[in-house]
Amino acid sequence: MALSNGFIRKYGVIFGLFGIIVFFAIESPSYFFTASNFILISKQSSINILLALGQMFVILTAGIDLSDGAMAGFVGAVVAGTTVATGNLFLGLIEGIAVGIGFGIVNGIIVAFAKIPAFIATLATMSAITGMTLIYTHGEPIWNLPSSFDFIGQGSLLDIPFSIILMGIAFVVVWIVLARTKYGRHVYAVGGNIKASRAAGIKISSVLISVYAISGLLSAIAGIVLASRLGTAEPTAGSGYELDAIAAVVLGGTSLFGGEGWVVGTIIGGYIIAVLNNGMTIMNISAYYQEVVKGIVILLAVMLTSFGKKYWNE
Amino acid sequence: MKSLILVATMLAGIAVLSMALTFGFCVSTLNNPYFVAFTNGAKAEAKLLGINLIVMNANNSNNTQLNQVEDLIQRKVDAIILNPTDSDALVPAVVAANKAGIPVITLDRSVNGGKVRMFIASDNVVYGKLEAQYAVKLLNGKGNVVLLTGIPGVSATRDRSKGIMEVLSKYPNIKIVANQSANFDMAKAMSVMESILVAHPNINAVIAENDSMALGAIQAIKSSGRKGIIVIGGDGIAQGIQAVKKGTEAVDIAQQPYKMAALGVSAAFFAVNNIKLMPSHLAMPLFPVTKKTVDQWIAESKH
Repeated sequence: MALSNGFIRKYGVIFGLFGIIVFFAIESPSYFFTASNFILISKQSSINILLALGQMFVILTAGIDLSDGAMAGFVGAVVAGTTVATGNLFLGLIEGIAVGIGFGIVNGIIVAFAKIPAFIATLATMSAITGMTLIYTHGEPIWNLPSSFDFIGQGSLLDIPFSIILMGIAFVVVWIVLARTKYGRHVYAVGGNIKASRAAGIKISSVLISVYAISGLLSAIAGIVLASRLGTAEPTAGSGYELDAIAAVVLGGTSLFGGEGWVVGTIIGGYIIAVLNNGMTIMNISAYYQEVVKGIVILLAVMLTSFGKKYWNE
Repeated sequence: MKSLILVATMLAGIAVLSMALTFGFCVSTLNNPYFVAFTNGAKAEAKLLGINLIVMNANNSNNTQLNQVEDLIQRKVDAIILNPTDSDALVPAVVAANKAGIPVITLDRSVNGGKVRMFIASDNVVYGKLEAQYAVKLLNGKGNVVLLTGIPGVSATRDRSKGIMEVLSKYPNIKIVANQSANFDMAKAMSVMESILVAHPNINAVIAENDSMALGAIQAIKSSGRKGIIVIGGDGIAQGIQAVKKGTEAVDIAQQPYKMAALGVSAAFFAVNNIKLMPSHLAMPLFPVTKKTVDQWIAESKH
C-alpha cells in the first residue's frame, strides 16, 4: 500500500500532464497534437521552467522567492540597456548575470542573517526591484537592439530553439547538483530538519545564501531569454511570473515546507501550465474561463500529490 | 537648535508663499509608456506656467489613489488633475475635493459622480472602430481576423472591443477566427499569438487593442515565418510608430497622451483663475498613423 501511494505521490503529476495532453489531442488533433506544437510549448515554457528551477532550490529549504519575476525583468532591462549603450552584447550579458546573482545574495543575506521570513523579505525586494526597473528604464521599453541579441530567445541550433537548449542544460545541471552532490543533500537537509542539519555541521547560512543566489542566477537567464524573445526589454517584464514558477514547483510535488522535491516533477509542472495555456488558446476558450480552468487544474494536481503523500506517510 | 528649526520653518514658509500655484497630478500608473508620456506632458506644461506640480502614482490601486487625493486636499493644493484608476471608486475623492473647494480636472477616464470642471479623453469606442475600419479597408471586406484584447473587465478593453465589434459585425465576410485576451502585454501577446498561429493556417489580419500586443503579435508572426498578415495596433508609442515605419504594423491608432495631460494642466490653471471651461468634455482626436503618414506624424509629435 505504502509503495503504491508513494508511486502516486511521485508520478501522479506525470499522469496529470498525460491526461491534459490526451484531452487536448482529442479536442484538437490536427493542430494541438503535432511535433511543431510541442516544440512551441517547450519554447513557451522555457522561461517559466528556468524560474521554477531556481525557485525549487529556495522552496527545498522551506523558503520562497517572490522576487524572481522582478529580478528577471530588471536583468532584461540591464542587459538591453548596456547592450544598446555600449554595443557590446557580451558585456551586457555578464553584467545581467552578475546583477541577478547579486540580488539573490542580498535576498539570501536578509533571510539567513536578518532572520526575516522569506515571504516578507522577498516580497520587499520584489517591490524594490520592480521600482528599480522603472527607474532604470524611465518606464519606457528598451528596443532597437542589435540583431545579435535575438539569438538567445529566437535562434535555433540544429533546428532546436536555443531557449529549449538552455532549459535542457539548466535541467541537467540542477538534477545533477540536487541528486548527486553533497551540496544537493545539504539543501534537502536544511529544508527537512534545520536543527539536525546544524548538529550535523552544515553551515546553514551558506546554504541559504547559495539557494537564493542560484534563484537569482536562473532568474537572470530567464530575464535574458524573455527580453531576447521579444527583442524588447519591457519596464513591466516578469511581473507576476513568480506565481507561475511557484505553481510549477508545487505542481511537481515539492513540499512548501521544504526537504522534499523532485526536479523532473518541476519540469512536468512547468509543462502542465504551458500545455494548458497553449491548448486553451488553440481551442479559443475565453480568458474568463481560462483562469478558472487553470485554478481548478492546479488545485486538483496538488490535491493528488498531497493525498498521496498523506497516505504514504501513514 | 530650536532657533534653527524656527528659521528653517520660516524659510520654508516664504518658499511656499512665493510659489504661485501648486497642483496635484494623480496618474493611475507609470508602468507603461503611454502614461509616462502623459506625465511628461503635464510636467512640461506646469513648468511653462510656473506651476509647482506634485505627481502622485497610484500603481493602478483605487485605494492608493483615494489616499493620495485626500493627502493633496490636506496639503491644500490649488487644483487636482486626476487620471482615475477607476470611474466609480474615485467618486468619493472628487466629492471630497468639491467640499474643500478644490477644482478637479479628470483625464483619460471619467469619474461617475461629484463635480468635475473638465474631462479630457480620447474615445475608446472610436479607437476600436478606427482599428476595425482599417482592417476592413485593408482586407477589402473579406478575410480571417484575430482579435487580441486587453485586460479583461477594464473599461479600455470593453470600449475598444465594443467599437471593433460594431464595425466588424457589418461585414459577414470577415470572420473572427480567434478572440483572446493578452492583458495589453507584449510577452503574453507573443505566446497567445504563437498558439493561435498553430491553430489557424489561414489568418489575414490581427487587430490588437494596443501597441504592445501588436508588437508581440508581430514577433510571433516573425518567428513562425508566416507572411502577409496585417497587424493593426494603437496608442502611438514610439516602438509602434517605428513598426509602422518598418512596415510590420499596418496602422497605429495614435493617441496624444502628452498633449492631453498638458491640456489638463492648462484647464486646471483656467479653473483656478475662475475662467469658465467650455465645453466640459473635450475629446482628444485619434490619429491613424499609416506608412503614408508616419513621417509627418514623427515630425509633428516630437515626443
